[in-house]
Amino acid sequence: MTFSLTNLANPTRFLNFTAAVIPWLAGLTAILLGIGLYQAFFVAPADYQQGETVRIMYIHVPAAWVGMGCYAVIAIAALGTLIWRHPLADVAAKAAAPIGATFTFVILVTGSLWGKPMWGTYWVWDARLTSLLVLFLLYLGLIALWQSIEDPGRAGRAAAILALVGAVNLPIIKFSVDWWNTLHQPASVFRADGPTIDPSLLTPLFVMGVAFLALFVLLHLIAMRAEILRRRVRVLQQTQVAQAAAS
Amino acid sequence: MTAALALLRRDIALAFREGGAIGVALGFYLVVIAIAPFGLGPDMNLLARVAPGLLWIALLLAALLSADRIFHNDYEDGSLDVLTMGPLPLAAVAASKSLAHWITTCVPLALLAPVLGLLLNFPIDTIPILVLAMMVGTPAVSFIAGIGASLTLGLRRSGLLLALLVLPLYVPVLIFGVSTISAAVTGPGSPWPPFLMLCAISLASMVLAPLASAAALRTSFR
Repeated sequence: MTFSLTNLANPTRFLNFTAAVIPWLAGLTAILLGIGLYQAFFVAPADYQQGETVRIMYIHVPAAWVGMGCYAVIAIAALGTLIWRHPLADVAAKAAAPIGATFTFVILVTGSLWGKPMWGTYWVWDARLTSLLVLFLLYLGLIALWQSIEDPGRAGRAAAILALVGAVNLPIIKFSVDWWNTLHQPASVFRADGPTIDPSLLTPLFVMGVAFLALFVLLHLIAMRAEILRRRVRVLQQTQVAQAAAS
Repeated sequence: MTAALALLRRDIALAFREGGAIGVALGFYLVVIAIAPFGLGPDMNLLARVAPGLLWIALLLAALLSADRIFHNDYEDGSLDVLTMGPLPLAAVAASKSLAHWITTCVPLALLAPVLGLLLNFPIDTIPILVLAMMVGTPAVSFIAGIGASLTLGLRRSGLLLALLVLPLYVPVLIFGVSTISAAVTGPGSPWPPFLMLCAISLASMVLAPLASAAALRTSFR
């Protein structure tokens, strides 16, 4: 069963492939999440300064990786729509937008709940939090644009342009803690000199990261299937109306 | 080049003849600033502190609400179809129309801002910097509004959708615009570093936004 990008461009083949893959992926996600959450809450040590509240990190940071990665997926799918006219690229983008918005919402909420005991405030307008709020608004704008345009083809191209225009926000989010004086801590994992987190905390973090990635792929494939089927229903409804009008 | 200038002149002439289009934007700006003290309380010190932000936000809203004028009238009567077939590349058409929006909407708004600043107890000796910052920042406002206008061409409720799409993209303009004026009014620090960032954002959007607008216009036609 080959699964190159061109092979899976056929929607029927994509539906068959995902129907076979999704149960296994669901099982893998459940196992990874189980291991990750067990490690995060029972195996990993408490932080010497933050105590047990550091365990919010195991949700907050992987959600941040997925939330930003999802926007990168949408931006790449936008290139696929505009440049290569890949048939499923706009399906991928449309399916990913609500998932990304939800993960970004999780980032903001878990960050708020972590900030109150640590910083003393639920919210502060520093560069990292502000640019993540802008990311959330960009996701909402994409969803709104998808819903406002009737024709899926035109909606896909318009949303692709908007996604590419907003992609400038991603490096701003990543480097915001370096470029500005922020309350949010500077980069501790993906930095030039290597991670500064102790391995006893880093390993559960990476396990949760992989688990969230599997969760994102699972949700994304399910949403893409739903979108393909939704479009087929729409075409069937249009054919039905046309036949009723013709007869 | 002459075709682009001709298009620019046409759009400016149409905007002036449209009967109140510019006046409505100015009136909206005035009304929003006028009701702000009713919501915030008449304390002049507080109003002076929030004046830079309020002046910028009200200007953004006034510019956004007139943004669908950029392409809508020509889209409705078919002139946009003629323009796409003409000698000008579509990006030049989009750039010309965004520039016309800047000249006919944003520049009058920026010139009205000092007068409205008086309502908010804005210090008079920093008015030149206020006008300069707005003149330099508003090209970004107009050109990014052009992207939003071309994406929402012909849609229902396009005004609200346009604002939803474009306001997150205005965050850098707003941040640097307000920090230029705040630095000039209260210090500390010089207003010129954020002013130069504002110049950079405007210049970058004048070059890149028409490309995105043209791509979005093409999607509306196919």
